[in-house]
Amino acid sequence: MKLSFSEKDEAFRAEVAQWLNDNLVGEFAQLKFRGGPGDEHMFPEERKQWETKLAEGGWIGIAWPEEYGGRGCSIEQQVIFNEEYARAGAPGRVGHIGEGLTGPTLIAFGSEEQKQRYLPGIISGTDLWCQGYSEPGAGSDLSNVRTKAVFDEASGKWLITGQKVWTSLAHESDYVFVIARTDPGSKGHKGLGFFLLNMDQPGIEVRGIKQLTGTSEFNEVFFDNAECDAQDIVGQPGEGWAVAMGLLGFERGVSTLGQQMQFQNELDEVIVAAKANGSHQDPTIRQRIADAHIGLKIMRYNSLRMLSGNGDDGSLQKEALIYKLFWATWHRDLGELAMDVIGPEAEILTAAPYELTRMQALYLFVRSDTIYGGTNEIQRNIIAERGLGMPKEPRPNV
Amino acid sequence: MEFSFTEEQLMIRDTAESFLKEVSTSSAIRNAMESERGFNDNTWQRLCTEMGWQATHIPEEYGGFGLGYVELVIMLEQMGQYLFCSPFFSTVCLGANALLIAGSEAQKQRYLPQICEGSITATLAYTGSSGSWDANAVDATVSVKDNEYVLNGTYRYVPNGHTADVIIVAARNTDTSGQNGISLFVLDANTQGVSCEYLPTMDQTKKQAQIVLENVVVSEQALMGEYANAWPLLDKIINLATIATAAEQVGGAQQVLDLSVEYGKERVQFGRPIAGFQAVKHQAADMMLRTEVGRSAVYYAACVGQAVFDGDELAGELKEAASVAKSYCSDGYFKNAGDAIQLHGGVGFTWEYDVHLYFKRAKSSQVFLGNGAYHRERIASILLD
Repeated sequence: MKLSFSEKDEAFRAEVAQWLNDNLVGEFAQLKFRGGPGDEHMFPEERKQWETKLAEGGWIGIAWPEEYGGRGCSIEQQVIFNEEYARAGAPGRVGHIGEGLTGPTLIAFGSEEQKQRYLPGIISGTDLWCQGYSEPGAGSDLSNVRTKAVFDEASGKWLITGQKVWTSLAHESDYVFVIARTDPGSKGHKGLGFFLLNMDQPGIEVRGIKQLTGTSEFNEVFFDNAECDAQDIVGQPGEGWAVAMGLLGFERGVSTLGQQMQFQNELDEVIVAAKANGSHQDPTIRQRIADAHIGLKIMRYNSLRMLSGNGDDGSLQKEALIYKLFWATWHRDLGELAMDVIGPEAEILTAAPYELTRMQALYLFVRSDTIYGGTNEIQRNIIAERGLGMPKEPRPNV
Repeated sequence: MEFSFTEEQLMIRDTAESFLKEVSTSSAIRNAMESERGFNDNTWQRLCTEMGWQATHIPEEYGGFGLGYVELVIMLEQMGQYLFCSPFFSTVCLGANALLIAGSEAQKQRYLPQICEGSITATLAYTGSSGSWDANAVDATVSVKDNEYVLNGTYRYVPNGHTADVIIVAARNTDTSGQNGISLFVLDANTQGVSCEYLPTMDQTKKQAQIVLENVVVSEQALMGEYANAWPLLDKIINLATIATAAEQVGGAQQVLDLSVEYGKERVQFGRPIAGFQAVKHQAADMMLRTEVGRSAVYYAACVGQAVFDGDELAGELKEAASVAKSYCSDGYFKNAGDAIQLHGGVGFTWEYDVHLYFKRAKSSQVFLGNGAYHRERIASILLD
């Protein structure tokens, strides 16, 4: 065992830190530590500009192969980049869905034409993407998708009709990828297709969902004969589930490993608050702050283990199964701790009608962490089934 | 970045596992725990002479293998998993560590080769009747008389103290408190004025003793480290032992998970294995999370422990790494063991099934060297004071 990064990786770390130090200035200085949990709706235009700045520095798609404009960075380097990004307080990404999901999906499953058409806009930070997966009747049971895709011989286009929900940043996005049923009588994961759509068309309507934070990062997206070019289905009709599952693999992969530095920033803020109001002398608060610190430390050790244990195929180990459940629960607990540290003052808003402090926004927003991207309950099923070989859940609809 | 085992370390783990599967069966555990000595002498001798585990991290110049703390932790995890009853922890993680950290060259030359040969066992006594685990725990006294040291006091909760041949004791000058005035001595158990009494325990797989020193007179040769200034050394020894305990806990946490999953797959109710019910699966998933998270903490702490022996920079994290590992693993193992009884249903409540042995070990190891709350407060004092 060796716990240090290689010299080459440390040099990479220095390069990232230097670039962020040089560029997170001027018009971008106001974005420091913004756009995080509960703050995603802030500074959308400035954060779009920041994406193109990142692209200029060559910091978008660092994990992508060089032939597609990426840097082909190792997993260690991806983690280092994410760590330094959060350490510098660089803003929450608006381009992460294209970079982390659409790009890898197209590289793995897309046609040459799709790669040529869509990857450049992602890597240059100009095209933003959103994800059309969940539906009112398809949450944890994602395969219960009802949105339909019908091929219209006359126009030579796919026509998509249905409703998606919990679509992050749909109102800021240029494109959406959608899973929809291509085989009308099909059920479950059979008979689905994976489509790439331009958001700027009459057949798509976006409505913000007002969240318990009072803000709207998530949306409902309505499709009414929305058009998708014939060549913009990824894989064959009926193969959409395989593509979608491959994509979820990317979502649960390394992209979340660097987030501990952002968590560290939040915990540091809680500690500062505790010292400021004297609650750091309260034995129960002391226990909980220590517990949060312990959890965060171990989160990092978990990442180190996953990284070191990564197989030849670059996939993550069995231990990685616990990762989402652990961080999501830890983050939710941190929100509760923040409120308890601040005490009665935690109730008082920055301003009417509903302007939250950063800690309030954190506290409320983290309730979503244990729900999106696979609820804690779904995570426990996955751990039990894949990690412990326990019987699978009955799937009566398949 | 290599936070994973080498081929050689994996081999050590596999060898440890197969040996323990052979010698630490349920009936072997029960025979050992029912005896006052608490271990099988033949098995212990096999471990010492055939396997040489007790010599793992002792340098070659003293007859050891000169391997590292990571290798030691790998073995301890397996011993915890198979609930191995032996004086290994007390001899190696207390006795040998104390000699390595605080012993004079002469003391190392005298005792370490005997440990490596398997001819003696050892332990460390520092906690008095207060039952605390920090410097305040030391309440035995030392005074100087005619160039000799006179020791008096009572130690409790001493691991394998009634069978140890060599005992390292901590004592303080009468007018001191806290970290001041503490000295360390190494004594033969048969020294005049030393009496060791077996303390029967709820967890029968780890034996404890009370040791009373009554006007025990020792010479300069018994002094370890600097007189009245040994706390920094004792602190290191305790932190290293804390990491070792956490390693055993992770092994136990894994075993109660494995037992529960295995049982759940066999036990049929309502026409199907209970492992298929979500209420069971979700508890098992949480148990796996606790085990894997604890394991990450222990392996990291093992690297920090190794750094202590190497004089590496990472050694500065010793206190924190030990407390992170011990707090998480103590509570994780206890929760897992309690859940395991629940998942076994009625049979989990029987003496016949092994689950209760783990449940009892989980509690005894949780309390030993400071429980979760104690270690969280240590972290809090680093962060907040």
